[in-house]
Amino acid sequence: MSQRFRTGQGGRIDREQEIEFTFNGKPYTGMIGDTLCSALLANGVHLVGRSWKYHRPRGVVSAGAEEPNALFQLEKGNRTIPNARGTQVELYPDLDASSVNCWPNLDFDLLSVNSWFSRLMPAGFYYKTFMWPKSMWLKYEHFIRKASGLGVAPREPDPDRYEHSHRHCDVLVVGGGVAGLSAALVAARAGARVVVADEQSEFGGLTLASRAQIDGVEAARWIDDAVAELRGMTEVTLLPRSTVFGYHDYNFLTINQRLTDHLPLTERFGGREKLWQVRAHQVVLATGAAERPLIFANNDRPGIMLASAVSTYTNRYAVKPGSRAVVFTNNDSAYQSALDLNAAGVEVTAVVDARSDSTSEIANTVRNSGIEVLNGSVVVDTAGRKHLRSVQVMRLSADGSSVSGNRKSFDCDLLAISGGWSPVVHLNAQSGASPVWDDEAAMFCPGEPTQAQVSAGGANGTLDLPGCLREGAAAGANAANACGLEAKLAVPAAEQVDSEAILPLWALPSPYTRGRGPKAFIDLQNDVGVADIELAVREGFQSVEHVKRYTAMGFGTDQGKLGNINGMGILAQTMGQTIAATGTTTYRPNYTPVSFGAFAGQNLGEHLFDPARKTAMHGWHEENGASFEDVGQWKRPWYYPRKGESLDDAVNRECLAVRESVGILDASTLGKIEVRGPDAARFLEMIYTNNWMKLEIGKGRYGFMLGEDGMVMDDGVTIRIGEDHFLMHTTTGGAAGVLAWMERWLQTEWPEMEVFLTSVTDHWATAAVVGPKSRDVVSSVCDGIDFLAAAFPFMASKTGSIGDIECRVNRISFSGELAYEVNVPANYGRFMWEKLMQAGEPYDITPYGTETMHVLRAEKGYVIVGQDTDGSVTVDDLGLGWALSKTKQDFIGKRSLNRPDTLRKDRKQLVGLLTDDPATVIPEGAQLVNDPQAPLPMPMVGHVSSSYYSACCGHSIAMALVKGGHQRMGETVHAPLANGRVIKATITTPVFYDKEGSKPNA
Amino acid sequence: MFLIECPWCGVRDETEFNCVGEAHIVRPLEPEKLSDEEWADYLFMRKNPKGMHREQWLHVAGCRRYFNAERDTVTYRISATYRIGEQAPGEAGK
Amino acid sequence: MSKYSIFSLVRNAISYHENWAAAWRSPEPKQEYDVLIIGGGGHGLATAYYLAKEHGMTNIAVLEKGWIGGGNTGRNTTIVRSNYLWDESAHLYEKSMKLWEGLSQDLNYNVMFSQRGVYNLGHNLQDMRDIQRRVNANRLNGIDGHVVTPEEIKRAIPEINIDQGCRYPILGASFQPRGGVARHDAVAWGFARGADLRGVDIIQNCEVTAIRQENGAVTGVETTRGSINAKKIGVVVAGHCSVLAEMAGFRMPIESHPLQALVSEPIKPVINTVIMSNAVHGYISQSDKGDLVIGAGIDSYNGYGQRGSFPTIEHTVAAICEMFPIFRRVRMNRQWGGIVDTAPDACPIIGNTSVKGLYFNCGWGTGGFKATPGSGWVFAHNVATGEPHELNRPFALDRFVTGFLIDEHGAAGVAH
Repeated sequence: MSQRFRTGQGGRIDREQEIEFTFNGKPYTGMIGDTLCSALLANGVHLVGRSWKYHRPRGVVSAGAEEPNALFQLEKGNRTIPNARGTQVELYPDLDASSVNCWPNLDFDLLSVNSWFSRLMPAGFYYKTFMWPKSMWLKYEHFIRKASGLGVAPREPDPDRYEHSHRHCDVLVVGGGVAGLSAALVAARAGARVVVADEQSEFGGLTLASRAQIDGVEAARWIDDAVAELRGMTEVTLLPRSTVFGYHDYNFLTINQRLTDHLPLTERFGGREKLWQVRAHQVVLATGAAERPLIFANNDRPGIMLASAVSTYTNRYAVKPGSRAVVFTNNDSAYQSALDLNAAGVEVTAVVDARSDSTSEIANTVRNSGIEVLNGSVVVDTAGRKHLRSVQVMRLSADGSSVSGNRKSFDCDLLAISGGWSPVVHLNAQSGASPVWDDEAAMFCPGEPTQAQVSAGGANGTLDLPGCLREGAAAGANAANACGLEAKLAVPAAEQVDSEAILPLWALPSPYTRGRGPKAFIDLQNDVGVADIELAVREGFQSVEHVKRYTAMGFGTDQGKLGNINGMGILAQTMGQTIAATGTTTYRPNYTPVSFGAFAGQNLGEHLFDPARKTAMHGWHEENGASFEDVGQWKRPWYYPRKGESLDDAVNRECLAVRESVGILDASTLGKIEVRGPDAARFLEMIYTNNWMKLEIGKGRYGFMLGEDGMVMDDGVTIRIGEDHFLMHTTTGGAAGVLAWMERWLQTEWPEMEVFLTSVTDHWATAAVVGPKSRDVVSSVCDGIDFLAAAFPFMASKTGSIGDIECRVNRISFSGELAYEVNVPANYGRFMWEKLMQAGEPYDITPYGTETMHVLRAEKGYVIVGQDTDGSVTVDDLGLGWALSKTKQDFIGKRSLNRPDTLRKDRKQLVGLLTDDPATVIPEGAQLVNDPQAPLPMPMVGHVSSSYYSACCGHSIAMALVKGGHQRMGETVHAPLANGRVIKATITTPVFYDKEGSKPNA
Repeated sequence: MFLIECPWCGVRDETEFNCVGEAHIVRPLEPEKLSDEEWADYLFMRKNPKGMHREQWLHVAGCRRYFNAERDTVTYRISATYRIGEQAPGEAGK
Repeated sequence: MSKYSIFSLVRNAISYHENWAAAWRSPEPKQEYDVLIIGGGGHGLATAYYLAKEHGMTNIAVLEKGWIGGGNTGRNTTIVRSNYLWDESAHLYEKSMKLWEGLSQDLNYNVMFSQRGVYNLGHNLQDMRDIQRRVNANRLNGIDGHVVTPEEIKRAIPEINIDQGCRYPILGASFQPRGGVARHDAVAWGFARGADLRGVDIIQNCEVTAIRQENGAVTGVETTRGSINAKKIGVVVAGHCSVLAEMAGFRMPIESHPLQALVSEPIKPVINTVIMSNAVHGYISQSDKGDLVIGAGIDSYNGYGQRGSFPTIEHTVAAICEMFPIFRRVRMNRQWGGIVDTAPDACPIIGNTSVKGLYFNCGWGTGGFKATPGSGWVFAHNVATGEPHELNRPFALDRFVTGFLIDEHGAAGVAH
């Protein structure tokens, strides 16, 4: 008895291809061309889910993006998708779907007990209870959370790939219904570069379910022809299964294209989704209109469906959505659904029309086909728990405010409802316009665009077929013309069908005392009913935003597409004000939900999330077992453990090797900026705190840069290469920021200075050769340089060569040891490194990483900006006041050093710390106190910024920032640790090694 | 995402730029002569208007030049971009 | 006004919820009040509430240009924590935390303050040093917290990726167990109800258009609903403080930037705590409704548009997918933006101004929501007494003149 609700003919399904699928573990069959929902309906399955709060049985309501009920967990394992909208899931062989949010199963859901207590759970009930006892909230919340949520996130990483694509076009047509296709045809024929995006698997929109004619042929045929013509044009891109979900500033729109979800799991290759980022010259919004339901008691039963959806299932999917139908409407459009049902062989018992009369041609056609039309009547209640059994109808008073007479019951398993239409104005509103309420048509129409955009067809409130075609064509022509093309307006022809005005209805009158009858739902997913809105208003929540937030209306995965306009109407009704005065909530992206993976695209993982920068010697470091640390974007060798060595072992070995013989460090990552031009020295005078005018050519100098707030920002050695030519070194992490910052001063404040900055960080590979034997190593590798101490003193810089390769050697030191930094063009970095390693072999040259570098510099009390400073430290705080020029009138940050707070004597100042026990290393980040017995909050006087065991000194060393520390030499501070231990330490100078500083001059 | 006309390179995506804040803040020529209040005014105080704002942008992934833009901070519409040193639109004759 | 409880809920259920009173009145503005609070967000309403509760002042109006709680109060990612580095911040936020801990009971309004803990992740060695420093400072300030290893993180959050091979591997985190989340709207509504109960007039759709002064002192305001006199005015308008300052004739060290956030579709519980990462720019928690709530980075330009740029969202989602590869198939439902007023030192400005009787409370940057009760509490003290409380004294405007900044930027690794 498979697909017993499939009609005998018609539809856009492929009857040759019957496919199998499962729902809640039970096997079914459907056709290629079905959606999951149409296939379920073809099998007579109406109960598909449970509501969020009361767990009421729910069925398919719509055939599109507005579906609030038919949400499924698709597939299992790493390809599972939570909350898939069954109305938009294309059926594929072996699809596996199950219901969400019910337990133990859909038919018997234990939480449907919530329904019995629903009176205790009105809007906002949780704000009023669960407060006692206080300690219980997390327990209450545990159960609330468990009951919440719908589908289940995958538990395994996603095997699929996501892509990004960027596109510029003349005209982006959003929506491939007949209005959009007309627009695209006219614009494309004029030569415009056109992109047409439609969320469905095939173009045509609602007209795919129409039996009307366009240009003398069946609408479906016209659509096929239009698509074929567009497909044949090279400048046209057709994007099916593509939802334009965001309309941002500057006509920038984002589109989510689904590439493989419609294929069987075994046939999914390539990217799963593509995120298109489109910059359009002109945008045509042809997003259509969505039908609204009507709001009456028990309007949520499976079998109650939008009239347009009924037509779609009948005509497009060849499915009978029921056996016996009643149509309930307040406008003309649903009469077509009555005719469609009739044609498909579904018995239509009655059309219930709230309007006192309906005399249009289509209404008469319905009457003439033998269907009873009950004018001036409304559905007031329904019966049937898991599937609609009957509806009850009463007479509506002339003023529409009450119902009277007997309840007339009609047996039926399908109720097709239409409360009117709402243009899909989401993108128009997202783009900055404010939708405008049209009282007569009872709809929000697009507002005055603030970007190059036009709405056409249903999206513009035009519901008739000829109107959609006309507006679409005109929009296409205007858009093309606005792009400087000459469009020829060609309007496809269709028969005009007259229709009568809608009778706007929000909360329908009911025989029940207001607020006391069965629930009448507005937001089906979140179980928001009319009484909830009335309660919210009663409690003072009167702004539409308050009502939304208090009741959760529109917060579901359908974003209120089905219910929000009704909700606003009911709010206006309750408040006794107009809908225009009530307004809408803000329309925000996304139009429909989009996979996180699509946003991330390929920008993930080790290589593409944020590409790592590696030096020219990186491969050598890897081959030689280096452990790396991230410094800014760079990967730097941290240490080079030998077999069985811990970090401490390796660092102790590396440190001693440097101090006793020679070590080598990859220093390529330090920022290097060429500063050139006649005013280069004058510029450096402003940038650095010390003097630069008189620096000799071939000499370097260490300097601090301050922010204009006077705080240390960066530091490094800058070398004068020529009269007008300096090579500046910055910290590894600070390079890009310093360059941009210096450029800003030059370009915006001192444009008269002739100075040019060039980042050369990546141009040079740098090896620091450090230690007493460094001269022997470097001099044996580098030719053309006199390495004698007198000829090549500390802080000097010379050029020479390594073989045929030019090199620059700087005698600078960040370790307090005799040291040379050898620079070669980056491509020769490894060549240089290996030469130096080879030359160093007799001295057991030891490669070392950043950790050893940190220890060596700490032994000398050299600071690391960003570790020993934190943006709140001045040069004086570091005890390095000698670096502040006393003679310069001005430099960046100077004025800030004279503010009351920077002049304070008890500022935190850099000191050294020695522990009583030489083996005890105070953990970095430890806070320092004077009295570790003081009660909490314990006054803190500083913190430890750097701390190591110094193998060279034979004891631990630490650097710390301590309040008034410079005046506290010899005093004691304590570091109370998290584990309760308190480490006592003595304040000392931060220079622990070679206090005279003679070694670098050796 | 904005579309910004770099006065040197032409129209480019926002992703190539960085906004660095209010434009036309002139560094005092003799900072030492300023009171703490005046210095703080230069250093920290900002117009931060709701509406038309003149601000500096850096074409960081392009020509690396700073330039000024006049932009509405509500609509985000950029009404003009101009090179450093050029007069702001509407300022002529003032 | 009936007290909210399970009993009142039952009683009202019997009468079909027809007898609930309004949570707050909507009175016409009077001609004069003792105190005007400009801004009906969480901070403004809390200020009014504590003025009434702690200082016995009840002739107060809160003026809100739109609907209460409609600014950043209703647009944030609802994270509450107090593990700030510097003493000044730590004490202020910890005061707030203590108020949070009894807030539902104090207000008789369930703000769903849920202490499910907050992790601040560290991705490099300097992050970890900063985390150690901050946690040590927190403990000595009496604020809970400890440093956890990647393995401990994984145990608490099984879905997180602690693979050490990924681009920015997780090296550890600070964990504050008392941190968590609260229901943002309920905070505004609870304070509004509490203030209203004590006689405060909450006046919505009332935009201040001018601040009147005489002889260097405030005398009242002009509004879209007429002119209102008051000798004390507290301005608490996150996102618009420069606009109000301009009305009063001075500038602030503030720039307003867009800050974006987003939520997923509701899914069954998968994240039971709050995870924040500064280094990769993303923070995430899961709401009671099941949405993943995700905060993005700040856009570089000034903006009052309550929207930011798409690339910022793109980057944040990539960061979340890096940390939680399983979320790539979960879908983003909705995104939005707020306006954050950022001060140069990433700390608020709370206190007196150069105009007598005019007080400002602003510049909370991305840290405002968690401070709501504490901010209201200290500001109420400041407005009532005319002098700052010890807790907000360091946050005075004149710190930008003296240079006494409380640089929370320096506490790298601390997203708000």
